[in-house]
Amino acid sequence: MIHKYSLNGYNIVLDVHSGGVSVVDDAAYALLDYLDAPMQEKCPEEILDKLSERFGRDELESAYAELYGMYQDGILFSEDDYEQFADKMVSSPVKAMCLHIAHDCNLRCKYCFASTGDFGHGRKLMDFETGKRAIDFLIEHSGTRRNLELDFFGGEPLMNYEVVKQVVAYARSIEKQHNKNFRFTITTNGVQLTEDKFEFLNKEMSNVVLSIDGRKEVNDRMRPNAGGKGSYDTILPHFQKFVESRGQDQYYVRGTFTRYNLDFAEDVLDLNAKGFDQISVEPVVTDSKYDYALREEDLPKVFAEYERLAKELIRRKKEGKGFNFFHFMIDLDQGPCAIKRLRGCGCGNEYVAVTPDGDIYPCHQFVGMEDWKMGNLYDGTFDLKRKEYFAHANIYGKEECGKCWAKFYCSGGCNANNLQYAGDVLKPYRLACEMEKKRLECAIMIKAAMADTDSE
Amino acid sequence: MTNSKHVKTLNNANLKCSAAKGGCGECQASCQSACKTSCTVANQKCEHEEK
Ligand code: SF4
Ligand code: SF4
Ligand code: SF4
Repeated sequence: MIHKYSLNGYNIVLDVHSGGVSVVDDAAYALLDYLDAPMQEKCPEEILDKLSERFGRDELESAYAELYGMYQDGILFSEDDYEQFADKMVSSPVKAMCLHIAHDCNLRCKYCFASTGDFGHGRKLMDFETGKRAIDFLIEHSGTRRNLELDFFGGEPLMNYEVVKQVVAYARSIEKQHNKNFRFTITTNGVQLTEDKFEFLNKEMSNVVLSIDGRKEVNDRMRPNAGGKGSYDTILPHFQKFVESRGQDQYYVRGTFTRYNLDFAEDVLDLNAKGFDQISVEPVVTDSKYDYALREEDLPKVFAEYERLAKELIRRKKEGKGFNFFHFMIDLDQGPCAIKRLRGCGCGNEYVAVTPDGDIYPCHQFVGMEDWKMGNLYDGTFDLKRKEYFAHANIYGKEECGKCWAKFYCSGGCNANNLQYAGDVLKPYRLACEMEKKRLECAIMIKAAMADTDSE
Repeated sequence: MTNSKHVKTLNNANLKCSAAKGGCGECQASCQSACKTSCTVANQKCEHEEK
């Protein structure tokens, strides 16, 4: 299987199963319309005939010869022989946890999937005992995995900062004896991110996700406080100081774009102008009944915006002023192994979420969906059947994903979105797929453009 | 990287070999990285010990 597209003057060919990425000229690109495996050594006459008006015969023949060379090298029309690894995609140890340390929030973000922090179940802070049990659960279920990840999430985790510190201290006190290495991260809205917390957070958090949407008016429209006032003027200076104190490293400013700011590239660039160079701005995931939900008809605008951002990023990179946009970062050589890529997000299998009541859910996006609860830390339940079900929610468990060119980069989409919008964990949500594929096309094109510069 | 007249391949295309040695599960769960609403693995780092 191949995927080919032209973008920003580059004809790009992705050979899906080998991961090979090539830039080809117009003759080779045109030939590919007619080719598939098995390729013959000589270009079939009828293909030469079909293209004879656009290209000379010699040109077509030499382009064909090079394509045939790629085919022989296994980087064109390479075979899908990954089914043999299906046994590596079964139930695995739990190694990552989203700890909902506070089901409460000091902002009232309109698109919040936690419905203003409480996930529809009343405001509540996690106590230390529950946090401690969560750590014990993770260690107990992590088998031989050494690196354990725990994200402090909410609501707003800093509303329960003392317990965050206690949980970290507890985990640190026992990690060595269990031969584990905890990696903590935190996702915060910044309201209470004051300097007195920097030292602890910088020491203990291997990554921090800082929520801000971009331009002031965009942020304030969707991220007001309980009194209806925008949060921008409070959080921006907090984030700027904090990022500075971390040496501009190991963080993301993370925004959401909605139908209200389809020109979201401006928000990305504005965040960069405010001093951030690790940026993630992502499409809102919400019920289509809301005015700000993205719709099918918005796709052309969203695509154009991703392209605009990609071109701007190339321009800046060439000037040595590049920054990282999370969804355009891609490593064509040293990225994760194919197994990891096929295995999916790990939700409900190697990743779980825990609420202040000690309830266990497949991931943070499932929290509050009673039907999907997997267990509880206090009564010791943990639904292994459901875990098994999620273990099979990998690329080969999702019919459309198996056939999709983006499968090794997207990994099968978001199970929670699939459930909410397509009605089934195993059915990809089309709108999300289209945007994911566009981002990938842009990310690969950026690589092509930069390779072009390098060889100039 | 190969360089010829009509095609230029940008990478080693080593996905298949990565499968044989891969799957140790030590790398970050993808949703933990930044987004929390989507699954993108392409930008993650492998942490396998003997690579
Ligand atoms: S650490 Fe590397 S080899 Fe192990 S699962 Fe992750 S990507 Fe694959
Ligand atoms: S979720 Fe969508 S984009 Fe991702 S692999 Fe599946 S079909 Fe492709
Ligand atoms: S289901 Fe979606 S939100 Fe949950 S871990 Fe997977 S990608 Fe992330």
